[in-house]
Amino acid sequence: MSKKLLAAPYLVWIAGFIIIPLALIVYYGLTDRDGAFTLANVVSIGTPEHRKALWLSLWLSLLSTIVCLVLAYPLAMILRNRGVGRGSFIVFIFILPMWMNFLLRTMAWQTLLEKNGVINGILSLLHLPNQNLINTAGAIILGMVYNFLPFMVLPIYNVLCKIDDDTINAASDLGANSIQTLLRIWFPLSVPGVISGITMVFVPAFTTFVISNLLGGSKILLIGNVIEQEFTRGSNWHLGSGLSLVLMVFILLSMAVIAKYDKNGEGSAF
Amino acid sequence: MKKNVFVLSLAMAAAVFWLSGCSGKADNPGNSTGSEANNAASENSAGSSNELYVYNWGEYIDEDVITQFEDETGIRVIYDPFETNEEMYPIIEAGAVTYDVVCPSDYMIQKMVENDLLAEVNFDNVPNIDQIDPAYMEMSKAFDPENKFSVPYCWGTVGILYNTKRLEELGVAPPTKWADLWDEKLSGEILMQDSVRDAFMVALKKDGFSMNSTDENELQQAKQDLIDQKPLVQAYVIDQVRDKMIGGEAAVGVIYSGEMLYIQEEVANLGLDYTLEYVLPEEGTNLWLDSWVIPKNAKNKENAEKWINFLCRPEIAKANFEYITYPTPNKGAFDLLDEDLQNNESVFPDTDSLVNCEVFRYLGDDVDGIYNDLWKEVKSN
Repeated sequence: MSKKLLAAPYLVWIAGFIIIPLALIVYYGLTDRDGAFTLANVVSIGTPEHRKALWLSLWLSLLSTIVCLVLAYPLAMILRNRGVGRGSFIVFIFILPMWMNFLLRTMAWQTLLEKNGVINGILSLLHLPNQNLINTAGAIILGMVYNFLPFMVLPIYNVLCKIDDDTINAASDLGANSIQTLLRIWFPLSVPGVISGITMVFVPAFTTFVISNLLGGSKILLIGNVIEQEFTRGSNWHLGSGLSLVLMVFILLSMAVIAKYDKNGEGSAF
Repeated sequence: MKKNVFVLSLAMAAAVFWLSGCSGKADNPGNSTGSEANNAASENSAGSSNELYVYNWGEYIDEDVITQFEDETGIRVIYDPFETNEEMYPIIEAGAVTYDVVCPSDYMIQKMVENDLLAEVNFDNVPNIDQIDPAYMEMSKAFDPENKFSVPYCWGTVGILYNTKRLEELGVAPPTKWADLWDEKLSGEILMQDSVRDAFMVALKKDGFSMNSTDENELQQAKQDLIDQKPLVQAYVIDQVRDKMIGGEAAVGVIYSGEMLYIQEEVANLGLDYTLEYVLPEEGTNLWLDSWVIPKNAKNKENAEKWINFLCRPEIAKANFEYITYPTPNKGAFDLLDEDLQNNESVFPDTDSLVNCEVFRYLGDDVDGIYNDLWKEVKSN
């Protein structure tokens, strides 16, 4: 009895902030303005504008996930080999900026990338031609990589830390060179971390609208922007919810991938 | 143990989600504040009329004015801001939060009237209404035909802000009309408004159509114009037009006239080597009004009328004008201003120059939908 009582706050939380809002989104997504059942909102993902926004989101978030992985894996290796003390200090430094507001950090990139921004200022000091950096797809990818990189580093670092030195030593005793060790020992053992990192970068990058608004100058329409506009500008919550349901399918898919490869939760961030 | 760690990391992923989902409106109270206010309302609903729930645009009042109102009347003000008309509407419509007085824009007031969401203002309780220049009451008739529901608070125009020095460098004459925003020499130098109606207003007016057009061919043409213009546009922004123009990021920008006072002061303060000028395009533009209205379900209607009456008092309207710098329709307050300010054409344009201007009208949900779809085509192109 007392155990059940203890669980009550969590049940209220789950019901109030997860189940009910989700049910509302499903309800809105599957009805029209008059409250009648319709699939039109979900099917509208097939219109040329929505499809284009969806593919663009997929493409940009995929690219930024790859960049994150390429940057994070070597970093995680270095951190792991530094040993616990120094490694975790660097990890701490790495997470430190995350304590600052996400929006502020993205706006800081605006200042850096602008036409009269810091980077172009330095370039013109060196008498180099100014670059058109902001309001491009590249700027959006940069913003995604910058904001989500820690979510790739941490799970990989954690998984690598759990690999026993003896395993590595055994590999070299048995004649494996360093590339073989990397490909056949390090990497297979770190797959859970990699998978969890990929999901934690891909999902928020896929659904973001803030980064594309701030660094893309709203010229590049991602699926997150479409949904945001349906809610805040278009006053069409039904369409917004319907498109959110479509996105949820993608997110559930990536959850399924995590569950398949990361059965023991080894690749977690903490 | 490991399970817990996994759950934690999921929670963290969820937090990221939430961040990326919500930070776009960091300063927006959203529903949570609303429902808190509502809880407070239901707790105190036992006949207490000592409260007033105000729902206004963000940064759209001098906070001292609120305090002064509270001191004077003993009414406690619960003040929530919103960011867009579209965000405000469903909250009033749902009625989960009962606001007593709200400050939407012209076309949104019309929508609220048509959907029977507003109560008539009892003007016996608002004697200061005679301080409002009759010209603006006349203007209000575009969306409130009998002047029954709304009391004008701020008004303004939308025009082109340009950087004289930058245009000289580019060899472009200062703009005088919307069509100048299609000049290829301005490639990458144009800031457009990132909102459906404002963007279409520019294109429709350029083509000589009404900005309230519902004609399919006219809208298609406007859409095509906006698509043609897109490669020249540096960014679609709203509030950032101001700071980007001050920072010299772009040569021209579409902007609300209310920002002009701030811009002129800022340019002077920073000692910039360029000047920013504002022009009302000759094809005509959007003349907008934000007015106070009282929702039908308001619990403290008399307090709301006291509030409106208080804000119409010339000294108070002047204090608000000085804070928000959007032109005031209050002629009492206008008379109290310095002559310089009264003659500042960017802020208070000559009424002759407003001949081609229009006020936005609510065009119905279906037409709104068409506008939205066309805008999406522009954006995704």
